[in-house]
Amino acid sequence: MSTTRRITVTALAVAAGMTALAACGSGGSGGDKDPKTVTLVSHDSFNVSKSVLAEFTEQTGYKVDVLKGGDAGKAVNQAILSKGNPQGDVFFGIDNTLLSRGLKEGIFSPYQAKGLESVPAELQLDQAEHRVTPVDYGDTCVNYDRAYFAEHKIAPPETFDDLLEPEYKGLLITENSATSSPGLAFQLGTVAKYGESGWQDYWKKLKANGVEVVDGWEQAYNERFSGSAAGKGKGDKPLVVSYASSPPVEVLGKKPEPKEAPTGVAAGTCFRQVEFAGLLKGAKNEKGGKALLDFLLSKKFQEDVPLQMFVNPARKDAKVPELFTKYGRKIDKPETVAPEAITKNREQWIKQWSSLVLK
Amino acid sequence: MALPLAFFALFFAYPVAAIVGRGLKDGGQWQLGRAGEVLSDPDVLHVLWFTVWQAAASTGLTLLIALPGAYVFARFEFPGKKLLRSVVAVPFVLPTVVVGSAFLALVGRGGVLDDLWGVRLDTSVWAILLAHVFFNYAVVVRTVSGLWGQLDPRQEEAARVLGASRWGAWRRVTLPALGPAVAAAALMVFLFTFTSFGVVQILGGPTFSTLEVEIYRQTADFLDLPTAAVLTMLQFAAVLALLGLHAWTVRRREATLTLVDPAQTVRRPRGAGQWTLLWGTLVVIVLLLVVPLAVLIERSFAGPDGYGFTFYRALQSAASMDSTFAVAPLNALWNSLAYGAAATLIALVVGGLAAAALTKRGGRLVRGFDALLMLPLGVSAVTVGFGFLITLDEPPLDLRSSWWLVPLAQALVGVPFVVRTMLPVLRAVDERLREAAAVLGASPWRVWREVDLPLVRRALLVAAGFAFAVSLGEFGATVFIARPDNPTLPVAVARLLGRAGELNYGQAMALSTILMVVCAGALLALERIRTDQAGEF
Repeated sequence: MSTTRRITVTALAVAAGMTALAACGSGGSGGDKDPKTVTLVSHDSFNVSKSVLAEFTEQTGYKVDVLKGGDAGKAVNQAILSKGNPQGDVFFGIDNTLLSRGLKEGIFSPYQAKGLESVPAELQLDQAEHRVTPVDYGDTCVNYDRAYFAEHKIAPPETFDDLLEPEYKGLLITENSATSSPGLAFQLGTVAKYGESGWQDYWKKLKANGVEVVDGWEQAYNERFSGSAAGKGKGDKPLVVSYASSPPVEVLGKKPEPKEAPTGVAAGTCFRQVEFAGLLKGAKNEKGGKALLDFLLSKKFQEDVPLQMFVNPARKDAKVPELFTKYGRKIDKPETVAPEAITKNREQWIKQWSSLVLK
Repeated sequence: MALPLAFFALFFAYPVAAIVGRGLKDGGQWQLGRAGEVLSDPDVLHVLWFTVWQAAASTGLTLLIALPGAYVFARFEFPGKKLLRSVVAVPFVLPTVVVGSAFLALVGRGGVLDDLWGVRLDTSVWAILLAHVFFNYAVVVRTVSGLWGQLDPRQEEAARVLGASRWGAWRRVTLPALGPAVAAAALMVFLFTFTSFGVVQILGGPTFSTLEVEIYRQTADFLDLPTAAVLTMLQFAAVLALLGLHAWTVRRREATLTLVDPAQTVRRPRGAGQWTLLWGTLVVIVLLLVVPLAVLIERSFAGPDGYGFTFYRALQSAASMDSTFAVAPLNALWNSLAYGAAATLIALVVGGLAAAALTKRGGRLVRGFDALLMLPLGVSAVTVGFGFLITLDEPPLDLRSSWWLVPLAQALVGVPFVVRTMLPVLRAVDERLREAAAVLGASPWRVWREVDLPLVRRALLVAAGFAFAVSLGEFGATVFIARPDNPTLPVAVARLLGRAGELNYGQAMALSTILMVVCAGALLALERIRTDQAGEF
C-alpha cells in the first residue's frame, strides 16, 4: 500500500464522518421539515426583536428560522433561482423595484394575509392577486448637514430642481445606480419626476452642477458626507443620497438627546420603496408560512419594524416611536414608478445613466 | 488523489458548471451567439485590459516590496519577529470595506497625506495598487520565507569560495532554488488581484471596473446569467492561460534541495547593509501595514465623549441584544472560529493529499489537476454561491442550509494555498531519504511520518495559517450562503456599516479590531507550534 493510498483511506474516513455530520446538520434544520418550524428567507437587513418573535412562537407553536442571503437584490435572485424548490416557506424583502421580476417568475403562491384592510391602498401593488403582502415602506431622499448650511447661511435644498441651483454646486455625493440600491432609487426618483424623456437632461445639468458618484452607500455616507457622525465631520460633501430615516439613526445613543437631528431630509427628492413578503411556491410548511405572513402584518410586528429596520410600518394604525416622529420627517409626496416599468427598463436606464454620468 | 478530485468535482466544478450552463442555455438552446456579442463589446474589452494590467502591476509591486521582507524573515533574528510575522497576515481577514475606509483616511480626501502635503490618491490607480500590496504582502513573505529559511546558506557560501560574486552566487544558487516558491507566491497574488472586487470598487470609484466586478453586477444585480456566464468563461480562459504559463516556467526549475533546520540559518544581522535592510523592511511594514491597522483601532476607541470602550460596551448592551440584528460579539467570534477551523481542516486534508499526489506522480493529467486546484481563486464568489444554490439542493446533497456549506465554500479558497505552500517543499525532499528509510524496513506510513512530516511540518503550519486567515476573513461566499442566523465577524461588520449613525460605525470598527486581534493571536499560536518543533530535524 503506497503512502498516498494510506493517507487517502484515512482522509476518506474523515470525510465520510464529516458528510455524516453534515447530513445530521441538514436533517435538523432543513431536509425533513419538522412542521414546528417555519423558515423565513430574507436579506441581510431583516431584523425583528427577539421578544416579538418569541411571542409568535408562543401564539402559534411555530419556531422561526431566519435565512439571510446578502442584500435585497441578491436575496430575490436566490429565490428566483431556487424556484419550485425554495429554501424556506416565506420570502420577505422584495421591493417595488424588483417586484415584477419576482412576480413574472412566479415564485409566490397567493395568500391574503389578515390585517391587509389596515394597509393603505397605495401600498398594495398586487391587490388583485395577493401574491405578495406589503409589510413596510421607506423613502430614499437627499440628506443635508444642518451645520454646514447654517454656517454658510444658505437654505438647504428641498426639491430635485433646487439641486441644480448654483449655490449647491459641487455639494452633492450620490451612489452608482448600477451597484447601489439607494443610487438606483434616486435615479428612479428623477425618472418619475421628469419622465422618460426628461430625466437624462436633468442628470446632464446635475453633472454640470458638480454631482459626484461613489460605488456604495457606505462610502458616500460614512466617508464623504460631512453630516455623518461616523465620519467625525471630515466628509467634504454636505449633501448625500440616503434615507428619510437616516436622521433619527444619527441621534441614536446620543446623550443628552439633542433638540433636532444633526442632519435633515430634502422632502422633494424622495423615492418610495415598499417592501413585500410572500408565501414561496413549493413551501414545505405552507400552514406555518401563512401564519407567519399574518404575523408580519400584526400590530405587534408592525410596531417593532421602525426601530429594527428603520423603515415605516405598512399598517396605518401602527404606532411609530417617538424617535421617528421627533427626528424624522414624514414624506407626503414621494416619487414612485410602476414596478412593471422598472423591470422593463431597469437595465437600459442604468446603462444610459452610466454613460451619461460616469464617462 | 481520489478525495481531492471528488471534493473538487462536487463542490466546485459541478456547481460552477451548472450555473454557467444555465446561463449559456436558454430553453434547451445553446446561446453561443451571446458570447460573440459580449466579447466584441468595447466596454468588456476595456474592462479585461484594465483587469490584466492592474493585476500585473500589483503583482510586480508586491514582489518588489515584499521579497526583501521575505529575506529578512527567513534569515534574521530580531525581537518581536513572531508577532510581526503574525501581524502582516492580519490584512487578509479584514473586510475590504473596512480596509478601504482606513486607506481613505490616509490617502483620501482630507486624509493624513492630504492634510500634510496635499497628496490625494483616492480614485486613482495608485490607491488600488497600494491596497493590493497591503493585502498580499503576507502571501509573498510567508510563502517564500518558509522555503528560504530552510535553504542551506553554505551552498551560497561554497559558490562564493569558488569565486562567484555575492550577486552571482545568489543568482545562480539561491534564486533557482527559490524559483518555485516565488512563482507560487506571484501566481497567487496575481490571481487575487486579477479577481479584485472590493478594493477596486471602493478605492477606484465607479470609473474602474474589473472582470470580477462585471460578473458580480451581471449576476447579482441584473440576473443576466448569459452575460455573466460568458464573462465567467472569459475569466476562466485568462486564468487557465496564466496557470499554463506558470506551469511551464516552474517545471524546469524544480529540483531536490538540501533543506536544513531554519534555526541554523537565522542570525542577528551583521554589518551596515544588513541592518539597513532590516530597518528598511520594518519601516515599510509599519507604514504600509501597521499604520492603516492602527487607524482602525484608533477609530474603535474614539467614542463620542473621547477615547474609551463605548463601542465595545454597545456591542454587548442589553438593549441591542433583543434584536436579531445584533450579534453578540462572542457569538460572531465563535461562529468565525468554528467555520475557520472546519474550513482549515478540510483544506489541509484535501490540499495535503493533492500536494502529496502531485509530488509522487508526473504526467500531463496530474499537471492538469494541479492547475485545476487553483481555479477557485479565479472564480467569482457570486458564481460559486449561486451554483451551490441550484446544485446542492436535493437530498442527499441538500446542503443549502447546512452548517457545513460555509466551511466547504471557504475551504475552496484555502486549498490552493495549502497546495502551493506545500508543493515546493515536498518536491524539494530528497527521494533518496524516503528510499533509505524504506530499505531499512520502515512502513510507508512510517516513512511519511519520519521523513516527510518533519520536513513539511513547517510548510503545513504556514499553509494552515493561511487557510485559517482566509476563512476567517472570507466574506463573498459566506454572505451569500443563506443559513440560520449565525453570521461571522466580517458579515456582522458589513451589516453594521450598512447603517447610519456613529454608534453603528463605531461598533463596526470595534468588531474589526476584535477580528484583527483574534487573527493575529491565532497565527501567533501557530508560530509557537512551529518553533517548538524546530529541533526535530
